Amino acid sequence: MSTETTEKEPASKVELAPGVGGGGEIPTFDITLKVRRYNPESSDDAYWDEWKLTMYGTDRVLDALHKVKWEHDGSVSFRRSCAHGVCGSDAMRINGRNRLACKTLLKDLDTSKPILVEPIKGLPVEKDLIVDMEPFFQSYREIMPFLVSKGHEPTKERLQSSEERERYDDTTKCILCAACTSSCPVFWTDGQYFGPAAIVNAHRFIFDSRDDAGDMRLEILNDKEGVWRCRTTFNCSEACPRGIQVTKAISEVKQAILTRKI
Amino acid sequence: MPKTLSPSKLIPAGTLYRGREGQWSWVAHRITGVVIFFFLLVHVLDTSLVRVSPEAYDAVIGAYKNPIMGLGELGLVAAIVFHAFNGIRVILVDFWKQGPKYHRQMLWGVLGLWALVMIAFSIRHLSHVFGG
Repeated sequence: MSTETTEKEPASKVELAPGVGGGGEIPTFDITLKVRRYNPESSDDAYWDEWKLTMYGTDRVLDALHKVKWEHDGSVSFRRSCAHGVCGSDAMRINGRNRLACKTLLKDLDTSKPILVEPIKGLPVEKDLIVDMEPFFQSYREIMPFLVSKGHEPTKERLQSSEERERYDDTTKCILCAACTSSCPVFWTDGQYFGPAAIVNAHRFIFDSRDDAGDMRLEILNDKEGVWRCRTTFNCSEACPRGIQVTKAISEVKQAILTRKI
Repeated sequence: MPKTLSPSKLIPAGTLYRGREGQWSWVAHRITGVVIFFFLLVHVLDTSLVRVSPEAYDAVIGAYKNPIMGLGELGLVAAIVFHAFNGIRVILVDFWKQGPKYHRQMLWGVLGLWALVMIAFSIRHLSHVFGG
């Protein structure tokens, strides 16, 4: 079909002398990684396991976990999918704070001390760093995270001004990693609380001009276990890997419930 | 590199969540709240004594007049002043549009006001307690 090429194209258009990399040598350093492990099949108790690793300056906590899993102990269990801060699978407690392992560079942590990695708090641990996310997604489903509109479906697109879009822009960024919900002291002690993530996702639709179920969602969140459980500790805003102003969003929902104005 | 099993393998305790100003102000608010609740409990009981017997009331109030109770009163005022100012901060976080943005600055304001009030109160109160 295609015309035959007589001459083969060179593999690379850039000629590099052998042994020459792009940006020079990447510095390496030694770290101690401590992982809080739990395996219900062997013991009811959790324990700390540690490894000494040599890592590169460009490595993240996730790379250290990969190194452990691939080279030292294949039984270490954790979730990760995209590994680039988009899928929200690898939220964990790193040095006592909820972070995404794939967005936390090792060089930004204090490498002179062991780096502590634990599962997120408040959700039942299944194995090592893997927790049961079901209670989290249960709350998420309850706030109806989808567009609800009255009347006939329009034949054209649903128009929205840029101001109207801006109103809920911040809360569209959520990746459902549960870093916020599992950083909330109220959620740790009261698993019935909807939690920041569910409220953020309710906010995303409540303040969307195209949505008609705002009142219904406000009614759901006006519950005893709804927005009024929030004690404004700001742990959620601090933990969010997408920089969502979570406490602000919760405050806006509180205001909307009180004034019934969206 | 071999896997090293540390002696801490047996220690199951996890770390404390390292929250920032918001979390610790909330913890302090809770603790001072509980302290104030226990004071009110005792306060209602000793004040209601006056209905039973004014002499017994005088005896109980007289028993409070010693340096240990004096320091206790200082602690109580410290708790109440923090709880009051931080309570206003919490209200502002919920009801003032810029509240969530400036919650940290407001906490420094609360602590500043608290220190100011406590310095003034301590001078007057402790000179009463220890000055006779």
